Amino acid sequence: MGVTCAIFKREFRSYFSTSMGYVILVVFLALSGFLTIKGRFFELGQADLRVFFDGLPLLFIFFIPAAGMRLWAEEHKSGTIEFLFSLPVTVAQAVMGKFLAAWLFLLVALALTAPVAITVSALGHPDTFAIVTGYLGAFLMGGVCLAVSILCSALTRSQIVSFVLSIAVISLFVFADSPAFLSWLGSRVPAFLVETIANMSFVGHFESMQRGVLELRDLTFYGILIAGLVAMTCIIVDHRRESC
Amino acid sequence: MINVKNLRKTYGDLVALDDVSFEAKKGDILGLIGPNGAGKTTTLRILSCFIEPDSGSATVGGFDILAQPVEVRRCLGYVPEKSPFYGEMTPRWFLKFVCDVRGINGSTYRSEIDRVAVASSLDGVMDRRIETLSKGYQRRLGLAQSLLGDPPILILDEPMAGLDPNQKQEMAELIGLLAADKCFVISTHVMEELETICNRAILISRGKIVADSTPADFKQKGQGRIDTFFRRATSEA
Repeated sequence: MGVTCAIFKREFRSYFSTSMGYVILVVFLALSGFLTIKGRFFELGQADLRVFFDGLPLLFIFFIPAAGMRLWAEEHKSGTIEFLFSLPVTVAQAVMGKFLAAWLFLLVALALTAPVAITVSALGHPDTFAIVTGYLGAFLMGGVCLAVSILCSALTRSQIVSFVLSIAVISLFVFADSPAFLSWLGSRVPAFLVETIANMSFVGHFESMQRGVLELRDLTFYGILIAGLVAMTCIIVDHRRESC
Repeated sequence: MINVKNLRKTYGDLVALDDVSFEAKKGDILGLIGPNGAGKTTTLRILSCFIEPDSGSATVGGFDILAQPVEVRRCLGYVPEKSPFYGEMTPRWFLKFVCDVRGINGSTYRSEIDRVAVASSLDGVMDRRIETLSKGYQRRLGLAQSLLGDPPILILDEPMAGLDPNQKQEMAELIGLLAADKCFVISTHVMEELETICNRAILISRGKIVADSTPADFKQKGQGRIDTFFRRATSEA
């Protein structure tokens, strides 16, 4: 645990040791504020965070790859991976430490959107439980997107390639249950496959949590995806050491 | 302390190491010399468990490199060839990170960081970003981090590269000072370094060991010049 914790601390602090972490946070906050207000947050007159939560998947498509692209690509490019694995560190500890640091960074970003929740509470009587489960859903969905992004980062030594690849993969999962995509797919593949693909969407599971519905199947979905992607990242990092 | 048996490593068609075997014990300052691409870095990377050999085995500090890589790394300090360290960190933060990973914490880590900073002459730059430090300081930081926790085995890949003559002298003195109760494995392709620092020498060429002796012996065989011996042995291999 000590080793994972050391890597976690280093990575998390690294976000704020350059301007990168601050830039990502400010842009995320500005865009989430913009999307919330543009979604007629005030005019709708509803005391909930639906408008804010609805904009998050779209934001995550860009925000998460920006936060995760560096984590392994930079280690490969600068050669620090050789140093890292000369220390008594296992691949699993390094991957977990980095993932948890990025996940905490996401938590900081989400925590900084608290003024939206505070505004809703001041103006009306929102369902607090739905807000809490909505945030939990956003944190879990963001965790899956991060796990995708870190996996992409482990595949390349270029941060740009890692960034673009993550955007492509995350978009695919975010838009997997969009009506336009599903109707296009419906005329080409069997119905059960369409349903399976729709169920793989990161957003579908997030939507029920936004409404205050906390179901085991949603939590399991995110949990299994995160664990699977982190495990795949471990395999890739271990395999790619040889090519350094 | 180090026991290497029949190591073989290939990259595609290229044979990087071919049946490499040697031993090193406490007090040894073993210099690995050879032309560029001879297999020195590959050997050191295998010993530090960064890569695995195709066949053969090795133990470092009594631990098997394939079965116990974490234990192996715990008993060795390693300085990679290009001192690749996290540029956004300061030496103090970086050394603290290495202490955390090596389990040096509580009240001991501060004194440990001070000890290696003094030994590696890093005072004055401890709070500057690593990416702004000169190559010489970066090399010294590489050595400093390898000394944390006082590991019994030190593996240094081209430790003198990028140092000026004064810094080389300091590095050689430091290695000499520490050598009595440690085992050093140092790679280099500079003959003078071999002569001034090492008490044992292995010459590798095209992945094979062509000579395993002492720098003095190499010198004698080269009629007073190690580089004469080096050229002859590597062209025959």
